[in-house]
Amino acid sequence: MQRYIVRRVGEAVLALFALSIIIFLMVRLTGDPALLMLPPDAGADALEDIQRSMGLDKPLVVQYGLFIRDYAQGSFGDSLRSKTPVSDLIKERLPNSLKLVGAAAVIVLLISIPLGVLSAVYKGTWIDTLATGFAVLGQAVPVFWLGILMIQLFTVKLGWLPSSGMGGLDHYVMPAFALGFFTVAAIQRLLRSSLLEAMDSEYIKLARIKGLSEFKVVWKHALRNSLISVITLGGIYIAILITLGILVEVVFAWPGMGRLMFQGIVFRDFPVVQAVVLISAAIVIFSSLVVDIAYAYLDPRIRLQ
Amino acid sequence: MAKAIETAAIQPVKASRWPKIYAALRAAPLIPLSIIVVFVLAAVLADVVTFHDAYQVRLPDRLIPPFWQDGGSWSHPLGTDPLGRDVLTRIIYGARVSIIIAGAALAIGGGFGTLIGLTAGYYGGKIDTILMRLADITLAFPLILFAILLVMVLGPSMMNVIVAIALVLWARYARVIRGEVLGLMQRDFIARARVSGASDWRIMMRHLLPNVMPTLIVLLTLQVGWVIIVEASLSFLGAGIPPPTPAWGGMLAEGREYVSTAWWVTTAPGIAIMLVVLAFNLCGDWLRERLDPKQRNV
Repeated sequence: MQRYIVRRVGEAVLALFALSIIIFLMVRLTGDPALLMLPPDAGADALEDIQRSMGLDKPLVVQYGLFIRDYAQGSFGDSLRSKTPVSDLIKERLPNSLKLVGAAAVIVLLISIPLGVLSAVYKGTWIDTLATGFAVLGQAVPVFWLGILMIQLFTVKLGWLPSSGMGGLDHYVMPAFALGFFTVAAIQRLLRSSLLEAMDSEYIKLARIKGLSEFKVVWKHALRNSLISVITLGGIYIAILITLGILVEVVFAWPGMGRLMFQGIVFRDFPVVQAVVLISAAIVIFSSLVVDIAYAYLDPRIRLQ
Repeated sequence: MAKAIETAAIQPVKASRWPKIYAALRAAPLIPLSIIVVFVLAAVLADVVTFHDAYQVRLPDRLIPPFWQDGGSWSHPLGTDPLGRDVLTRIIYGARVSIIIAGAALAIGGGFGTLIGLTAGYYGGKIDTILMRLADITLAFPLILFAILLVMVLGPSMMNVIVAIALVLWARYARVIRGEVLGLMQRDFIARARVSGASDWRIMMRHLLPNVMPTLIVLLTLQVGWVIIVEASLSFLGAGIPPPTPAWGGMLAEGREYVSTAWWVTTAPGIAIMLVVLAFNLCGDWLRERLDPKQRNV
């Protein structure tokens, strides 16, 4: 177990390290990095200032040290557009993004698990056809288009839901559902096949022979074991939710990190984009680390490997 | 490992798990296949089958609805966009962009990953450990985020989008192919090739590669749709194919402000992406069933 945790932590740290090195080198090998950190109309003085603070006259190793030191201290530079520190912008936006991802995760769990169970229990019936069709579709529809379609239907046509910004609970419905759609489809598909496998197994036969109700057999015994296959991929699902969140935030004008980054892309605001990408990547890498370790506790087969 | 694979090979194929409609599609994926054929033909013949210029801005013709709506006409079957360009023409040229990006990214990423996988599995030991650690680290990168940053630094262009996707894509191939090779290394024909004096390169290319081909083809097919969605997402965010080049994701972004007045501008590219991705996913599932029963849960 300990060896496993050490290995996984090492991997996560190495991944972050590699990402920072790639970004660091990419910025420096493809032109003057100081230019990326300045608005196009900046004067020569500002340029020299930036060059000095980034240590561009010093060896690469020192520059990398400065880069890491700044990030570790939470200073990500100033936004080129709003002139405010990027860290302030992020502090303001990050909670909003987490709320959206959290809401989507709740929707995913509420829909995908019953859907997966239903399609396995009623295998071959119209319920299964519908659920499976939904899953196949869910993996082919781009989230941003789904968001636009929902706005066209529920805001423009029916006028039921607000199409943009944050506010009451009704503001969450469309963004959270659009964000969760892909993951619902993925989990439904996976859960269905692992449940069908479990239902064939010896311990389910035993549970049936013992005379347990069908409800208990499915929801307690079979589901418990099948959920392990879903938890294995938990880290991937979180990563998907965070990345797709960027697209959903743009569609629904959600004031989170994704929209911040989108504006950064539009206005060529490099410090903002760099900070959002590195922070989001760190969140993705560490949340999948946490999921993997939690999973190792749950499943002795991993622990004892 | 070798034993597990041999028993997997003689196990009977399990009864179809998917409901009837899906099973029928899979038994003969004619619809997905024909979508793919139309997609490829559109990309190749874009210059021949279109009657409008994909780039020419004509403001008097802006936002003409599709032919079945009031004010629409057959000269613009799917209507025009906010700049007066024909939507159908841009969809067809967009197919070309999608196919070039998916093809190039998969060729570069898949080819490189396969080479790494063959090397790691064949030589084993330290080389294997280092290469696989590298693959695991790469797999931990969120692709879209990485690509956005790379495109921001290098500037948006088709080449940079391809490079960004390929830089992350290889790891998956390296992992899967290496697993297959480890199983194959125990088999007699590899030992025989060695004894007969074949070089390492020859064993990898002539003996290992053909045996991992089915897995490789399945993985490539299943990832076409995914690469198309990634490219569309990048273009939608403005970190992909720069305008005015017609890319499906970019078209969706351009039409986003007009959702309440001109639904067709976003609906057409959305349907195009969905159909093509769906077609490749269904074909990939079908191929997996046919070529490679043991990979069913990848």
